[in-house]
Amino acid sequence: MARVRVPAVLGFYDDAHDLSEVAGKANHEKGFKDLDAYSPYPIHGIEEQLGLKSSWVTIPARLGLVFGAFLGFSFQSWTSSVSWAVNIGGKPYISWPAWIPITFEAGVLMAAFCNLTAMFIACGLYPKPKTIVLSKRITNDRFVLVIPVKDDAEEAEAVSFLRENKALKIKIVDALDKEKGRLVFRSAPLAGEGAPA
Amino acid sequence: MSLALEPDDKHLLSPAIKMDRVTEDILAPMGRFPSLPWHLAFGLAQGVALLLLAPVAYQMFFGLGIYGITNPNGWGVFIVNFVFWIGIGHAGTLISAILFLFRQNWRTSINRSAEAMTIFAVMTAGVFPLVHVGRTWVAYWLVPYPAERQMWVNFRSPLLWDVFAVTTYFTVSLLFWYQGLLPDWATARDRAKNKFFRTLYSVLSFGWTGSARDWNHYERCYRQFAFLAAPLVLSVHSIVSFDFAVSLIPGWHTTIFPPYFVAGAIFSGFGMVVTLLVIMRKLYKLEHYITLTHMELMNKVILATSLIVGYAYASEFYIAWYSGHEYEQYQFLLRPFGPYAITFWTMVICNVVIPHAFWFRSIRRSIPWMFVISIFVNVGMWFERYNIFIISLHRDFLPSNWGMYYMTPFDYAITIGSFGMFFTLFLAFSRVFPTLAIAELKATLPEPSTGSRLGHDHGHADHAHKPAEVH
Repeated sequence: MARVRVPAVLGFYDDAHDLSEVAGKANHEKGFKDLDAYSPYPIHGIEEQLGLKSSWVTIPARLGLVFGAFLGFSFQSWTSSVSWAVNIGGKPYISWPAWIPITFEAGVLMAAFCNLTAMFIACGLYPKPKTIVLSKRITNDRFVLVIPVKDDAEEAEAVSFLRENKALKIKIVDALDKEKGRLVFRSAPLAGEGAPA
Repeated sequence: MSLALEPDDKHLLSPAIKMDRVTEDILAPMGRFPSLPWHLAFGLAQGVALLLLAPVAYQMFFGLGIYGITNPNGWGVFIVNFVFWIGIGHAGTLISAILFLFRQNWRTSINRSAEAMTIFAVMTAGVFPLVHVGRTWVAYWLVPYPAERQMWVNFRSPLLWDVFAVTTYFTVSLLFWYQGLLPDWATARDRAKNKFFRTLYSVLSFGWTGSARDWNHYERCYRQFAFLAAPLVLSVHSIVSFDFAVSLIPGWHTTIFPPYFVAGAIFSGFGMVVTLLVIMRKLYKLEHYITLTHMELMNKVILATSLIVGYAYASEFYIAWYSGHEYEQYQFLLRPFGPYAITFWTMVICNVVIPHAFWFRSIRRSIPWMFVISIFVNVGMWFERYNIFIISLHRDFLPSNWGMYYMTPFDYAITIGSFGMFFTLFLAFSRVFPTLAIAELKATLPEPSTGSRLGHDHGHADHAHKPAEVH
């Protein structure tokens, strides 16, 4: 579930490799917990670097496929044999081969709905009039590593970690201002090694 | 347009194209006042769409008698247009689902507009059965629902399978397409200059933020959709072909129909994609995203499916001869030499002969040539359906049951008007939607960023930037 974690330190990058590598270091070497990364497009392999489990959203779709197909098949059988049994040319009431196309379509339809609904639930998506974003450039060309912190010591550690790893920009998000619906930011100075901000 | 944006030999897109440039190029037309060429095209398309609307309105008062359908030709252009438009849609799903599963990176430049084409083509196709039922206001009787009549629809009928196949296909295509749109609406939202558009795009994006946790779910969901849509698209035209193959009419009652129809659908669909993209890349200056290489690859698909279709035509003739079935044999004499021979030869020339021009690389990469050929493909595929449906029905078993089919002006009007409806929808889409899949396109850029700060070798950027791929 993607929620903005506060307080947290943000490290900005402009490259998917860099983000993936720094995420891996932060997770495996430094042992930062509950990391998240934001990117304009999905980055291959970043799930392992962040230590994310593989997504569960395929499970509802598979169940939906079976359930939809079952529903389709049994509805056709019920209407043709119980609800209003019509003798069509002496064929069996449940002429199952004729049911197959609709059984398949019903399964796929149900699976598709379950699939998208599961993704919406997993990602906490619904039509929101206002979306709180960490940076407007994430959907354009920026890659951001989010390191949640608890106290000043952790914050200092995260900031120095990002400095070592040449972040383009380091920001600290302190709180979520619920009334105004926006995040409260503070920028942390870069190390002063001439890195462009 | 500088020469620096031309792709080189190694890359599909120019390495000079950066991510922010993609965002700007794709989203900019959405914020601009439409250009004059767009207005002219949209006006023309709407005008032509009236040719569909007016006869249908007229028919509501005067009945189906205004069209050329009679006994034994009960289907007429309704079924021809229906199958034609459903077939057009298939290329979009092929590009979005099947090419995705085969990891064809070049699809990212064309999948959004091809899927939009699918949706609009299926909508256009859907008009024809609804009109053809005559009493369109009770078309909902096609759906099994508990009614006071207590009877159900006949689940043994391929025509009913069609209802389920087409509605499922439309719904699944729409959901799949919308999922792909979520990150792009988010990009539009974060780029929006005023509150109205920020709110609108925020709602449309469902609050997408681009978190790795979300992408993780997103990619799973996307791949699952591709797995669902791939067999679905094959099933849809198979089921459409069952409308004919399950009957006993000579020329229809053959087992080759499902694969033959699917190949024909992909053939005609790619023809339409090429027609549309030649116009769209010019109108919106997208030549650097939809490059000649993309067009060439699509032309190769057209050539390949043209060969399959040509083979299917030939094998139908062979089977008619081999079967020893005299009605079937008569049917296949009628096609090239009967009263509708012109439709047969139009089909053969457009579908089997002309696409062979694509064996030449220079023709595959020539915009004027491919535009003309793609239109021939569309014409040819329309006549293919005319050839199959009309010729088989007009002379079946009993000579006393024979009769010619003549299209009335209303038949011509709805046929031409359907193109107006389709182009109206597509032109509207191209104004208000991101016409290319921005997020997916960024993932396949040769060098997606300004360069690594941590000292990676970017020479093999592709290995870590595969599009929307999970494992």
